[in-house]
Amino acid sequence: MKIRIKFRKYGNLKYIGHLDVQRFFQKAVRRAGIDVAYTTGFSPHQIMSFAAPLGVGLESNGEYMDMELNSFTDCQDIVTRLNQACVEGIEILSAVVLPKEAGNAMASVAAAGYTVRFREGREPEFDWQNRIASFYGRESIPVTKETKKGTAEIDLKQGIFSMELRGDTLYMLLDASSAGNIKPQMVIEAFLSDNQDTLKENALLITREETYTNIGTPDMPKLVPLEAVGLETAYE
Amino acid sequence: MRGRMNKLALSDDILMKIEKPARYIGGEVNAVVKNKDEVDMRIAMCFPDVYEIGMSHLGIQILYDMFNRLDGVWCERVYSPWVDLDAVMRKEKIPLFALESQEPVRNFDWLGITLQYEMCYTNILQVLDLSGIPLLAKDRGEDMPIVIGGGPCAYNPEPIADFFDLFYIGEGETQYEKLISLYRLCRRDKLGRKEFLRRAAQIPGIYVPMFYEAAYHEDGTIASFTPTEENIPPVIVKEIEKEVSSTYYPKKPLVPFMRITQDRVVLEIMRGCIRGCRFCQAGQIYRPVRERSLDMLKEYATAMLKNTGQEEISLSSLSSSDYKKLPELIDFLIEDCSKNHVNISLPSLRIDAFSLDVMQKVQDVKKTSLTFAPEAGSQRLRNVINKGLTEEDILNGAALAFEGGWTRVKLYFMLGLPTETEEDIRGIAELSNKIAATFFETVPKDKRVNGKVQIVTSTSFFIPKPFTPFQWARQCTKDEYIDKAYLTRNAIKEQLNQKSIKYNWHEADTSVLEGVLARGDRRISQVLLKVYEKGAIYDAWSEYFDNEKWLSAFSECGLDIDFYTTRERGLDEIFPWDFIDCGVSKDFLKREWLKAQKEEISYNCRKECQGCGAIRFGCGVCFEEHYDDNTPCWS
Repeated sequence: MKIRIKFRKYGNLKYIGHLDVQRFFQKAVRRAGIDVAYTTGFSPHQIMSFAAPLGVGLESNGEYMDMELNSFTDCQDIVTRLNQACVEGIEILSAVVLPKEAGNAMASVAAAGYTVRFREGREPEFDWQNRIASFYGRESIPVTKETKKGTAEIDLKQGIFSMELRGDTLYMLLDASSAGNIKPQMVIEAFLSDNQDTLKENALLITREETYTNIGTPDMPKLVPLEAVGLETAYE
Repeated sequence: MRGRMNKLALSDDILMKIEKPARYIGGEVNAVVKNKDEVDMRIAMCFPDVYEIGMSHLGIQILYDMFNRLDGVWCERVYSPWVDLDAVMRKEKIPLFALESQEPVRNFDWLGITLQYEMCYTNILQVLDLSGIPLLAKDRGEDMPIVIGGGPCAYNPEPIADFFDLFYIGEGETQYEKLISLYRLCRRDKLGRKEFLRRAAQIPGIYVPMFYEAAYHEDGTIASFTPTEENIPPVIVKEIEKEVSSTYYPKKPLVPFMRITQDRVVLEIMRGCIRGCRFCQAGQIYRPVRERSLDMLKEYATAMLKNTGQEEISLSSLSSSDYKKLPELIDFLIEDCSKNHVNISLPSLRIDAFSLDVMQKVQDVKKTSLTFAPEAGSQRLRNVINKGLTEEDILNGAALAFEGGWTRVKLYFMLGLPTETEEDIRGIAELSNKIAATFFETVPKDKRVNGKVQIVTSTSFFIPKPFTPFQWARQCTKDEYIDKAYLTRNAIKEQLNQKSIKYNWHEADTSVLEGVLARGDRRISQVLLKVYEKGAIYDAWSEYFDNEKWLSAFSECGLDIDFYTTRERGLDEIFPWDFIDCGVSKDFLKREWLKAQKEEISYNCRKECQGCGAIRFGCGVCFEEHYDDNTPCWS
């Protein structure tokens, strides 16, 4: 049986990288006494899949991890036990049981929602709140993206699903699929550059608010949180 | 633990700029956070090297657990900031902080520093300096922490004596409670720093350098070393935990977020070693051998794995094969741990049918290599160093291993051992070659994985250490060391199976300095100050070690490296560390030194008592029945 865990990563633990979060969970699951399934072979490892890596320095209210269990009590019990095995900085929010046909967390990711704030004194030099609409309204936003093989020209606009001011923070829904992942900082850099400004060092406070999967079609996407494809009780 | 997240000592700007910020945030699983208002003793335990190294050390985990079990005491950890953060902290004048509370170390009651290897000595100065604590003990005021040194290098504390208020000589489990009570009493009665230290000096195992004075002969050797006040003991006897099965040991070791050097649960199965290899300091200073009970080990292994979630457990001791109930322990671990997918790591086992069978059960034979530590290339020289391992033992072990499917063998040797000749060195190459040949003789062609065997032969340079029979020995010069390494390399190239042998050797500059720091006296403190002023830190890291800084520091202090290294020491010379009684007598070490020169071996403690003196502690192997244990030392 496969379950999907949703968790928060906050505070001091934003300095822990993705690989360390994976290692943390491998041990936390053992401390919690959860009956996780292992691969076979000489060096068995837990059958686990993380949705989308979160960069060092970012907080998140919507991280996901799938794991395969040999036996199952109930979702609330797993949340409670895992929380007891966690430290300040990682909090388990929910657990749901996945239908058999559900894809793994990583392959399921289509988009992620972020809130972005500027640190005090590091705000843009222009009236940025009022320029979002015109930036987001552009037909295309060509940028140069650094890749492993060098640089590539991409159209950022294709990967920005929404961008709006919410109170004093900027909300963005961005492509987070493995093929088209867009980092929030890239969008802000393009936004500032569009307004003849440059991003100051370590200027952004970014929180990933949710990670989404597409239950529609590529042409008619319907984005729902990753946890929405599961149930709170075991499937019959 | 919820709701207790601390404000970090470092700003987000700094943490986002430096490498591996996880080194500095604390908050790990099983980290102990106490309410500041409910404690009256704040202790910072420091391993003066980078987090990944320091966190891998068992001793600190034991002491951390011990201190934090005490009422009113909060023990936290501190490690050397890596060079990137070091530069930032100096520039921005950020005081060094402890991980748990993120508060400045300077405000603590004690700063305990573990001394595991000599090349970390400049990092001690780094830690003091960044903390804002005066480097010299004599310059510290009433409000400064008491700086305490402990660990194996405290057995010759003299080169760093000026930097410490006191040293704890020996095993930490026994006297710290007494020392804490004394500290509290002195603080309550406002007796002051010096009076606390004076009284501390009367606690067994405690050495307070300020109450001792060294006088020197014209040739630079020590004429006398004496207390400067009455009631200060002239000799400090090391402390030892007699009841190793009922003493402190952590059931909830810390679990770091980031990958560290030893990322596993460590089960210390015994202290000490019965073997008595003549170059080995640990084999002498941890005498007598004391085994922990099987029941205790089972209980702690289970608890530690449960409380950490670690995937691996490692047995720790100087020679695990000598633990008498090893088969029972390993059976338990295999039974109990393997079903929970825990890997078992078994270092320092003798290679025989039993251990190979065990290793096949717990390891992937194809992926692991077997380790042999003959230490010397010829039987003659192995007799000199009292390493009983014979060529036959090694070749038989290798043949068994090759039959079992292993194809990689690591060999460890030392160059520059007393009495060593060219022939002994060539023996290293010949033995490596014979092991490769054994593979081709043992494993038929059609069964060879990739058709080959890989022998990795490594040499380190022998460095004479205090409290070993070789403490009198002359150390090689840098050029001699390098010549020996070249000779080894060339001899390996001449071998028939040279293509199967890879040769590694250690750097010579650091070995010379390690020798100076190991057998140095109080005058070395000024060299350390000077070299630190020149910017030396992280000398144990070859990329940061700068030999030129050291050479100029020595010459500016008017001290001669050769005096500490290549000089022949007389049998009656007073050594800087002679005022410490490490448990074995100087007479015993002298006898062993003379036997070494006659190429005579000494039996191990189980087979025949050699009268080392450790029997006076009233525990351990000294009170077991002797039996004919003819097994050699493998580790």
